[in-house]
Amino acid sequence: MAGRTIKVDYLARVEGEGGLKVVVRDGKVQSAELSIFEPPRFFEAFLRGRAFTEAPDITARICGICPVAYQMSAVHAMENALGISVTQPLRDLRRLLYCGEWIESHMLHVTMLHAPDFLGYAGAIDMARDHGEAVRRGLAVKKAGNEILALLGGREIHPINVRVGGFYRAPRKRELEPLAERLKWARDAAREIVRWTARFDFPDRERDYTFVALRHERDYPFNEGRIVSSRGLDIPAAEYDEHFEETHVERSTALHSHLRGGGSYLVGPLARYSLNFDRLSPLAQEAAREAGLASRCTNPYRSIIVRAIEVLYACDEALRIIGVYEEPELPSVAAVPGAGIGVGATEAPRGLLYHRYRLDADGTIAEARIVPPTSQNQPSIEEDLTSFVGGFLDRPEDELRRRCEQTVRNYDPCISCAAHFLRLDLDRG
Amino acid sequence: MTQGAGRRMVIGIGNPDRGDDAAGLEVARLLRQRLPGGVEVSQHAGDAAALLERLDGVAAAVLVDACVSGAPAGTVLRIDAAAAALPRWGGSASTHGLGLGEAIELARALGRLPMRCIVYAIEGQSFALGAPLSPPISKAVVEVARRVAAEMAADPIEGREARVPAH
Repeated sequence: MAGRTIKVDYLARVEGEGGLKVVVRDGKVQSAELSIFEPPRFFEAFLRGRAFTEAPDITARICGICPVAYQMSAVHAMENALGISVTQPLRDLRRLLYCGEWIESHMLHVTMLHAPDFLGYAGAIDMARDHGEAVRRGLAVKKAGNEILALLGGREIHPINVRVGGFYRAPRKRELEPLAERLKWARDAAREIVRWTARFDFPDRERDYTFVALRHERDYPFNEGRIVSSRGLDIPAAEYDEHFEETHVERSTALHSHLRGGGSYLVGPLARYSLNFDRLSPLAQEAAREAGLASRCTNPYRSIIVRAIEVLYACDEALRIIGVYEEPELPSVAAVPGAGIGVGATEAPRGLLYHRYRLDADGTIAEARIVPPTSQNQPSIEEDLTSFVGGFLDRPEDELRRRCEQTVRNYDPCISCAAHFLRLDLDRG
Repeated sequence: MTQGAGRRMVIGIGNPDRGDDAAGLEVARLLRQRLPGGVEVSQHAGDAAALLERLDGVAAAVLVDACVSGAPAGTVLRIDAAAAALPRWGGSASTHGLGLGEAIELARALGRLPMRCIVYAIEGQSFALGAPLSPPISKAVVEVARRVAAEMAADPIEGREARVPAH
């Protein structure tokens, strides 16, 4: 019998918990299934009947790691529904806030969750005993992100300063100056972290992904842009539903996203980078070249380098914004309630986060829909496992198990956004 | 981030929206006005990296969190984390991949664990979204607040040097 079963009951080092089953028959991976249970569905129901002004604070609660992404997609969707556009200083502050979240989220994943896979440790604690300086450096860079969030968001976790139309309070220019000092240090440290990750040993595995990300006329994307793909898609967020669909899969309460008639796609750092390399700052581009990356990256294991490059970019961009910041006359633009449909798509650390709302005339939310990045990436995670795990089947059981986990962690799946429990069950017959 | 040696801190950990997971937060709330001057009281979501930063430069910390060990609901466990690793209690009830146990071990590995570090773990019963504290947990919260207040009032560590504050 050439089949065998490998079971991992608990997949560690992902945000939240979920389950994974890989079936192997006659030396080939037959299927890989990720099963997760999804709170955003609960939030969609919970939002109905609430005021449009409440959406940013309610949706921020979906995830403790990426609350800004939820807030940003929510406010952009509401502003789209109500025909509001914000002023340039407010737009800059939103980008700055997003920089903070990317720095925090990516540094946590690169240093604490993903690096142990490459350095051969069971987790960050074991790694910290031998690589204490690398862990300290990662945490200190992450702290720069925390400080941006604390200042602009009002606090480090579940920020409360974001509102439809802008902010409750805009920072004074002098309040941003101390941030700049730490960010300059963090930018240098991030450059070192790019070099550090580039030295890891990467499995030689690539796939011809359909990348999907925002693309803006000038900026590396956070809040704004058209939704584009590596296969020529180029649409405004309002047409998202015409091109993407979600289907229910029995093993999971999370919905799986697909291109209509076109299969799986990939969102997140690899997609953003590969579709927007020319929008990175010169410093980030230089670091990428030095790390041996081309302007497009199709090896998902190298996503750890791309995350480090995005941290470097976020530090650089935050410094640029702080440098040009002028205090806005008002911290927000007035939002008058009205009936309408609005969509918002922004780039969460893990990829495209789509919100759609229908509002009644008094601004009450009549319908809400939230498509988190991990739902969109689920089919792609499964296809990576199906494609790549076969190449590791001759390895010892422990290493095989570790490779499966590492392959899932390439996506930094935010399973607390998209899921609850994660167990790994490898069935070899 | 060294902010003076000898800082003393009580940190209540949890998620306010997940039933008994809020136990630690509730203890911190009860203690806000009841501790001697100089003891900082705060609430925390439990993310290991952020918790590690919070502990940086602290000489004495009391951490309160909900846990799931299979003991009867409301059981209170007091652990001297500076002396030994936390027992594995079936994973912290935290919704995060890295929680209190990881934060403490990481702090230990990096030489940043407070010289005195006590963990109070309250056995939870229900972690449903939006649920209130279960009755046995509410009772345990009051008991833990009383014990922590007594412990901090008697604690002799004030004024000592904190260990290795790095960044």
